Amino acid sequence: MLDDMKPEDITGDYQEVTLNLYDGAKRKVLYTQIETPYPDGKLIVSTTDPEGVITHVNQAFIEMSGYTEDELINAPHSILRHPDMPPAAFKDLWDTVQRGDKWQGFVKNLRKDGGYYWVKATVIPNVRKGKVVGYTSVRRKPSRTKVEECIRLYPTLF
Amino acid sequence: MPNMFTVSPDFPPDHISGWYIFNTWLQKQTGEAIHLEMYNNFPTQRAAIDQDKIDLIYANPFDAAMLVREKGFSPLVRPVGVTDEAIIAVQAQNAVEDVAHLSPGIRVAVTEDPDVRLMGMIMLEPGDLDNSNVQAIVCDSYILIAKQLLRGDADVGIFLAEAYDNLSNIIKSQLKVLVRSQISVVHHSLMIGPRLADKKEVFQKLLVDMNNDEKGQGVLKSLGFDAWIRVDDEEMEFMIDLMDTLNT
Repeated sequence: MLDDMKPEDITGDYQEVTLNLYDGAKRKVLYTQIETPYPDGKLIVSTTDPEGVITHVNQAFIEMSGYTEDELINAPHSILRHPDMPPAAFKDLWDTVQRGDKWQGFVKNLRKDGGYYWVKATVIPNVRKGKVVGYTSVRRKPSRTKVEECIRLYPTLF
Repeated sequence: MPNMFTVSPDFPPDHISGWYIFNTWLQKQTGEAIHLEMYNNFPTQRAAIDQDKIDLIYANPFDAAMLVREKGFSPLVRPVGVTDEAIIAVQAQNAVEDVAHLSPGIRVAVTEDPDVRLMGMIMLEPGDLDNSNVQAIVCDSYILIAKQLLRGDADVGIFLAEAYDNLSNIIKSQLKVLVRSQISVVHHSLMIGPRLADKKEVFQKLLVDMNNDEKGQGVLKSLGFDAWIRVDDEEMEFMIDLMDTLNT
């Protein structure tokens, strides 16, 4: 279960919206127009259990999300869900990885401080002894051209 | 027939004698007959793996998935504090300061090291560059990549960070680093094959304890390592999954 975002955590002017998350839960999010550039040369890595609950994050994940490791572990991965991301993208992600395939896409993520960052994300199922025990998500720096395409496309997918 | 040991062909040339010294140490400690076969390139090494000739390998992370999933290898150890990182560099006087400003059609000098090449190509993606719109110039060593850049025969070089750092200061002063990866979890590993599977724990213990005596320390030094650390199956699976996401 995700707590609503708190005004005291937000940097700058913000808007407010309640998101309907993939698992049926709702979350009030506060978001600004401040972008944090993706750091060169780094990968943001996380693993989740089969239900999408975070089990591991690397240092780059912590730095870019603005949350502490304790806040992230055991939280649903939708803690990063930005209101500008169309729900269809996440449905496609889940449908793809639950089939056992890799999913790749460009994602606008929400930071704890209300800002955002764009990533190119790849998610794969972790198969151990023939069974899916979780998912690994690796994010890398996206090309600006692709981000601009998504900025035009995503509003049309709601 | 002795067991066959091989080393990822991207080892630094200064350490070739170190691997023979290590193999002698390993035979003495384990009582196993082990023949060290050094292949000159990845295709010949992969052919030997494919023919099930190999029992022990210091493997490139790119090959780990194939070794574990297709050939039944399992991880033993990795060197402490040694991870594979890549660097994108250009000539110092090149006006480009950011990968995003590179243009399609550029000439990219690379070696055959598969993990470094993969990490390097990922770092070129923010410039909308991929294998389809760059011209790869394959070099036999990192020093030759530097030469290609200095002669103006390549626009960009993809280096193993360690190899770049070990270039002479004169060469480095004529180059400029655009990006250095900070991935931290991609590493070579010593892996054991199915014919030696019942000896895994014995090998692992000997290797982890290697830095506890003077002789072992000397052998490690000849490889450029401080110590070995155990790699468990899940750590290896994590790295394989990570490499799999990158290779997409």
